[in-house]
Amino acid sequence: MIKINIHKALHGVNGEMSLDVNLNIKKGEFVALTGASGSGKTTLLRILAGLEEIEGKIELNTSHKHAIGFMHQNEALFPNMTVLQNLLFIAKDKELAIHLLTLTNLLKLQERYPNTLSGGQKQRVSLCRVMMQRPEILLLDEPLSALDAKMRTKLQIDILKLHKEFKTTTIMVSHDPSEIYKLSTRTLTLENGKIIKDGNTKEVLLKTQGSQKFSFEGELLELKEVDVVVIAIVAIGQQIVEIVLSKEEAKNLKVGTNVTLSTKSFSPSVH
Amino acid sequence: MFEPFYISFKLASITVLILFLISLPLSWYLSQTSSKIKPFLEALTALPIVLPPSVLGFYILVALSQNSPLGAFFKETFDISLVFNFTSLVIASCFYSLPFMVQPLQSGFESLNKNMLEASYLAGKSTLQTIFFVALPNIKPALITAIIITFAHTVGEFGVVLMVGGSIPGETKVASVAIYEMVEIMDYKGAHIYSAIMLGMSFVVLLSVYTFNAKHKRKFGL
Repeated sequence: MIKINIHKALHGVNGEMSLDVNLNIKKGEFVALTGASGSGKTTLLRILAGLEEIEGKIELNTSHKHAIGFMHQNEALFPNMTVLQNLLFIAKDKELAIHLLTLTNLLKLQERYPNTLSGGQKQRVSLCRVMMQRPEILLLDEPLSALDAKMRTKLQIDILKLHKEFKTTTIMVSHDPSEIYKLSTRTLTLENGKIIKDGNTKEVLLKTQGSQKFSFEGELLELKEVDVVVIAIVAIGQQIVEIVLSKEEAKNLKVGTNVTLSTKSFSPSVH
Repeated sequence: MFEPFYISFKLASITVLILFLISLPLSWYLSQTSSKIKPFLEALTALPIVLPPSVLGFYILVALSQNSPLGAFFKETFDISLVFNFTSLVIASCFYSLPFMVQPLQSGFESLNKNMLEASYLAGKSTLQTIFFVALPNIKPALITAIIITFAHTVGEFGVVLMVGGSIPGETKVASVAIYEMVEIMDYKGAHIYSAIMLGMSFVVLLSVYTFNAKHKRKFGL
């Protein structure tokens, strides 16, 4: 079990704020850490990795000294070493290195230098490299943010595979709900340095659980008056949708704000 | 006949070696720190670039002469004079060429990916291990530049050497000083030969540095 009770003053992009986190994480949990940029996610992760000074206490209860693995958002491989050498520099355990490269289908790239690899391959090598420490706690700082959809899926599978095989307690920063849903069992939402939501991933993500309705968050882009109705244009993720509203309903809406679209009592079809 | 060249190269080799040992920790510290004394240290190390060699030479002469506490100490304890001999040339060259070793190394270290260094520390590697196995191999162009330019710059120094070392044949008479003396006694043939050698060598040295750096960039994308 990890016990975190910390305080740190931050000088972030949004001015002064303080990071205050009081939290317990069970062994073997896969925790997703989410929240707007500048909310302190990366800092929290870096604190756990011992890269930042803090006030307060962290009890990690690990059995060996280098039991915390930290994977950066951007590639941090050693360019002067081959893939295999990158792994062996962390720990001289060739058997483990070959095992990890086999698990992630990277074995044929073992003699290659990092600058000859694609972005996705580099991140997979980074993941293998951090596992060379045999971490009990695995900290992943948006490891997939720079990758395309196909590569993401591949790496998500690798992360889950390694999480299970090495029985790590994993904390991953992510913004992608589908990724959080696929990987994590618990989701923490950070805002201005405080945890504002903490719960079972499925409960946090499926806000409407049990009542059989749709609910989407989106940004209101435009309100168009057409005869007696108003058409609202809303961006939901990558999709733009039109919704017909009455003038009465549209009265309190403002373009540029976030809105929730929901509907009750109908059975959707999924194609 | 080529003894001045021999002295120049001996001086440059020793200077490079000493400066590398001094500059490695200094440039690493400067590249990693955000301390308030950093600008002061940077300004101090850069001084030899802007100071006239005669000013530098004058202060070194004053500091090392037998009338100074340091000079007197060495004279009394070891019976070594610190001026007008080869030792004084080495000391003077180390001051004179310091920025040419520190600056390339420092900017090389600063260009390194911070995440990469953290990855090494997080795996439990010490600073020393990180410097030798991760940092230095990834700044090879900066390293080569620092060593070669320091060497070449030491071979090319004139004013400081003349002031601190004089021109004692076989001891402190380096190639650049030899050329100056040849011109003074109107030995233009000798001056031509020496100058041509200096010119040719300097060009070859610079050419090989730039060629190496271009090749390295293609290979490792650094």
